[in-house]
Amino acid sequence: MTMSEGDLAVAKIHFVRSATIEAKPPPVSMRGAVGWLRENLLSTKFNIILTLLIALLFAWIVPDLVRFLLIDAVWTGADRDACREIVQNRAIGACWPFAFERWPYFVYGSYPIPERWRVDVFFSMLAIGVVWLLWLGAPRRGLVSVYFFVVLPISSFILLTGWKAIGLQPVDTVLWGGILVTIVVAWVGIVVSLPLGILLALGRRSHMPAVRLFSVIFIEFVRGVPLVTVLFMASVMLPLFVPEHLSPDKLLRALIGIALFASAYMAEVVRAGLQAIPKGQFEGAMAVGLGYSQMMRLIVLPQALKITIPNIVNTYIGLFKDTTLVFIVGIFDFLHTVEVSRIDPKWATPVTSTTGYAVAAMFYLVFCYAMSRYARATEARLAKSERR
Amino acid sequence: MNRIFAILALAVVFAAQSASAQTLKTVKDRGMLNCGSNGTLAGFGLPDAQGKWTGLDVDSCRAIAAAIFGDANKVKFVPLSAKDRFTALQSGEVDLLARNTTWTSSRDTSLGLNFVGVNYYDGQGFMVRKTLKVNSALELNGASVCVQQGTTTELNLSDFFRARNMQAKTVTFATANEAIKAYDAGRCDAYTTDASGLYAERLRLANANDHIVLPEIISKEPLGPAVRHGDDQWFDVVKWTLNAMINAEELNITSKNIDEMTKSTNPDIKRFVGTEGNYGEQLGLGKDWAVNIIKHVGNYGEVFDRNVGAGSLLKIDRGLNKLWNKGGIQYAPPIR
Repeated sequence: MTMSEGDLAVAKIHFVRSATIEAKPPPVSMRGAVGWLRENLLSTKFNIILTLLIALLFAWIVPDLVRFLLIDAVWTGADRDACREIVQNRAIGACWPFAFERWPYFVYGSYPIPERWRVDVFFSMLAIGVVWLLWLGAPRRGLVSVYFFVVLPISSFILLTGWKAIGLQPVDTVLWGGILVTIVVAWVGIVVSLPLGILLALGRRSHMPAVRLFSVIFIEFVRGVPLVTVLFMASVMLPLFVPEHLSPDKLLRALIGIALFASAYMAEVVRAGLQAIPKGQFEGAMAVGLGYSQMMRLIVLPQALKITIPNIVNTYIGLFKDTTLVFIVGIFDFLHTVEVSRIDPKWATPVTSTTGYAVAAMFYLVFCYAMSRYARATEARLAKSERR
Repeated sequence: MNRIFAILALAVVFAAQSASAQTLKTVKDRGMLNCGSNGTLAGFGLPDAQGKWTGLDVDSCRAIAAAIFGDANKVKFVPLSAKDRFTALQSGEVDLLARNTTWTSSRDTSLGLNFVGVNYYDGQGFMVRKTLKVNSALELNGASVCVQQGTTTELNLSDFFRARNMQAKTVTFATANEAIKAYDAGRCDAYTTDASGLYAERLRLANANDHIVLPEIISKEPLGPAVRHGDDQWFDVVKWTLNAMINAEELNITSKNIDEMTKSTNPDIKRFVGTEGNYGEQLGLGKDWAVNIIKHVGNYGEVFDRNVGAGSLLKIDRGLNKLWNKGGIQYAPPIR
């Protein structure tokens, strides 16, 4: 449509505002708490139903949980009488004095009491290492890997098992228990599985047939059997084949079993990362004259590992919880010390088992949640290059 | 393939032989007794809050260490599950098994075990509410019974009722913990497991005093320490350690009066404490082997009382485990 004379004449009249009008606030139903509710919880019919169901679930679980863990809980007492309804004449929730009394056992197991400071030193050293690793502004961060892969393993091995020459009484690993064992097993698994997993993943994609074949057989064999079977083989069958004095320590056997098992899984996680790297990256690296190891170290692995962080941490969390399986071969990990403690007649009450399991749940929740938070923070840090 | 199996079999035989010969010497050289124990059974083998092992089976091992070394603490307790306990003994990982193991013919023969005796006569029993007003298991016709599934307990239960033409409604649960909770919640009239376990489980109930353990025992479960076939000297050491504990109770020798007893003129006691004869040397031990057992661990009655009897929380009736001259069947051949 073309403009006529008449239209132009109309346009000459100044009815257009010279200043912008102040924006009106959105309607009440769209802002504040109400708006948030409408947008996030009640936007569609399906959403409303979901919200209601979840609210019902919370209403069903949370009050009972709070009542059991806090309101009705017993906080002080010397023995089972403190936690028995029939004695106390009131509803009884969690029996915390049981957990308090048993806590040293949960942490150290049967580690000899005069030697327990050594375990504390080990925990502190580990904590220092973790803080060093997590605190980005920490001094000399380049040495963290030396600390984690060389200093810490050697010093904690000497510290925990003992060395007569420097006055540390030897402590048999049969006496180790509780959180100590859980941390040691998980930590060895974590520290060993990543480098070994990377090597296996590279081996599986290698062009050398012998290396590839070995890696494929190892990965497929270990992934093909349940962890319980690996542990059973290590702890029950192995001593049958070697004389008593040659047979390795029971905990060591379990450690090796778990480390190899975790490595096989880690190898597949890393391989997925390697496959996601575009071919151009490899070709580019070769084009600028990098050798195999330089190409992997400088170009491919940094990118591959970055995209696999969620999966690596997922494997770690799984591994951390899998450590509980060592109880099957008679090693007293944290969960097993809880299991043993709830049998103690001194604290035999209807709520003792539940209390013990609640402690265990909280312990694993704290550790696994911490790991997953760390993974998300690292992801966010490394993903900066992708944000444009 | 056959050759590989033959080599493997040889390896097993070789390992078993090297492990079984001269256990006593191996233990002495090592300076430590390796004892296969339970670790999760109240009254028999369970670490306490300090991580120290306690229990009837645990004390059996301590007694052997006391007899050999004069020190009851030279024991390494290796916790074993019900599944791997026999392999651990056969492979030489432990020197003996004291893990509430029932003495049966097949274990004694085909599994290659030698049971040294019985340190606890157990058997399956029933627990009911007092309000049910039942005084005997024979009155349980038509009752519902909570039981852990897949155990010999479940089979014994059905055998017992079938043999007496009685009806029972068995309610099975995957774990003992669930079974006892269901019984406490009123799902069943009775709960059944081994009598020693009944007393431990009873403590878990909301009100233990509302429940009684019925007198009938419907199965034979003689529990005792076991060693490997093929080392008679070691078999003797373990066997006579148990016998010494039972004999000491019969002779009224306790950990409290043992020092006076070494001056006794009673010939039985003189033989026991080693002031007459060389019975310790015959076993390959010291003269004061029995004195050390009693001094560091105690006699059978003391050990029973402390771990499962009146002096413990379990308060299990001695029953069959009384001495033969006090109405029970605990009987030990004499030391002479």
